[in-house]
Amino acid sequence: MQTTPDEVLISRIAGGDRLAMQVLYARYHVRVYRFVLRLVRNEATAEDLISEVFLDIWRQAGKFEGRSAASTWMLSIARFKALSALRRRPEEELDDETAGQIEDQADTPETALAKKDKSLALRQCLTKLSTEHREIIDLVYYHEKSVEEVAEIVGIPEATVKTRMFYARKKLSELLQEQGIDRGWP
Amino acid sequence: MNEKQEAPERQDIEQLLPWHAAGTLSRRDAQRVEDALARDPELARRYALVRDELAETIHLNETLGAPSARAAEKLFAKIDAEPARRAAVSLNLGNRIADFFASLSPRTLAWSVSAAVFAILLQAGLIAGVLLQETKTTGYQTASAPTTDPGVGAFALIRFAPQASSDDVTKFLEANKLSIAAGPMAGGLYKVRIAVTGIPKGELARIVKKLQEDKVVSFIATAE
Repeated sequence: MQTTPDEVLISRIAGGDRLAMQVLYARYHVRVYRFVLRLVRNEATAEDLISEVFLDIWRQAGKFEGRSAASTWMLSIARFKALSALRRRPEEELDDETAGQIEDQADTPETALAKKDKSLALRQCLTKLSTEHREIIDLVYYHEKSVEEVAEIVGIPEATVKTRMFYARKKLSELLQEQGIDRGWP
Repeated sequence: MNEKQEAPERQDIEQLLPWHAAGTLSRRDAQRVEDALARDPELARRYALVRDELAETIHLNETLGAPSARAAEKLFAKIDAEPARRAAVSLNLGNRIADFFASLSPRTLAWSVSAAVFAILLQAGLIAGVLLQETKTTGYQTASAPTTDPGVGAFALIRFAPQASSDDVTKFLEANKLSIAAGPMAGGLYKVRIAVTGIPKGELARIVKKLQEDKVVSFIATAE
């Protein structure tokens, strides 16, 4: 099946093509939503931000020069929106689910189970990483972004991308260690 | 190789492991990582940890669900409230071309390509025919004097100065009654005919030395 390339869709959006916008939205809204949700950790906020991100894409489509992949450009916009929202939101507004994720240090029954289930423990630890570490882990592992693309999205040098990813993984190992799982690294 | 020498290389490779697992490394880097993994069991063990992280990150993200229809409704309501936009005129040529081809159905595209290939072949045939016709009737004309045997005469190999224009080269050839017999060859060299008949070696060397002084010439030497 032939699909219209993202760059073509964006050039049509620049010309005011609403249908092209619908296609682009259908193609990327889940991925962008998940990226934003992992950063802001609140579903309602993430939904609101999705509308803002795609509205910006609609407005800025004419400025897209195609130097990077369309998904890289869209994730850059999403990241900016998410971090701006995080700066606006006071700590106490974090929802219960998020608080549970952050404070889950005690040996609760769930944690006890996690000790037995390494995969579950790993997923729990992934939610406990800092925003900076979460975003780089997601960009590399889930959004399949190269070193160069992560550097562009996050706005840091490529060497820093590599070291930040290394420290994010190191932190993950430390969190697992706290749950009684020794990976033998670092 | 001792450990001190190996450590920086291993650290460098280890930092690439997440991208290797995700398949986003360049071919060259991916090969470097593959080679290192094959010879370093400890690195291979750490790579297994990276693959676990990759799998669980995907799993975690996939359980996050999707935004409700409300998000889309809100977005398109906002878009509809935006002022109407004129069709973009600043689209770059590449996008326009891509847009055009994307709009064609595969069948139309296939017919268009076939027609274009036929037109090119037809044009090439016509040009070749014209050239062959010219060759038959007039023969190859040199700047110095006509000759029917390209192997007869006195020759030199010449490389023109990079800054010399084609006009400079033409004037130089005409002024010295030279003609190009072959080239360009490797190194930007041309074989030029200095005389239509053989001349003594000393005389040829004297002419070549004189030609060397012209600013159009970067290199010249006698040739068989």
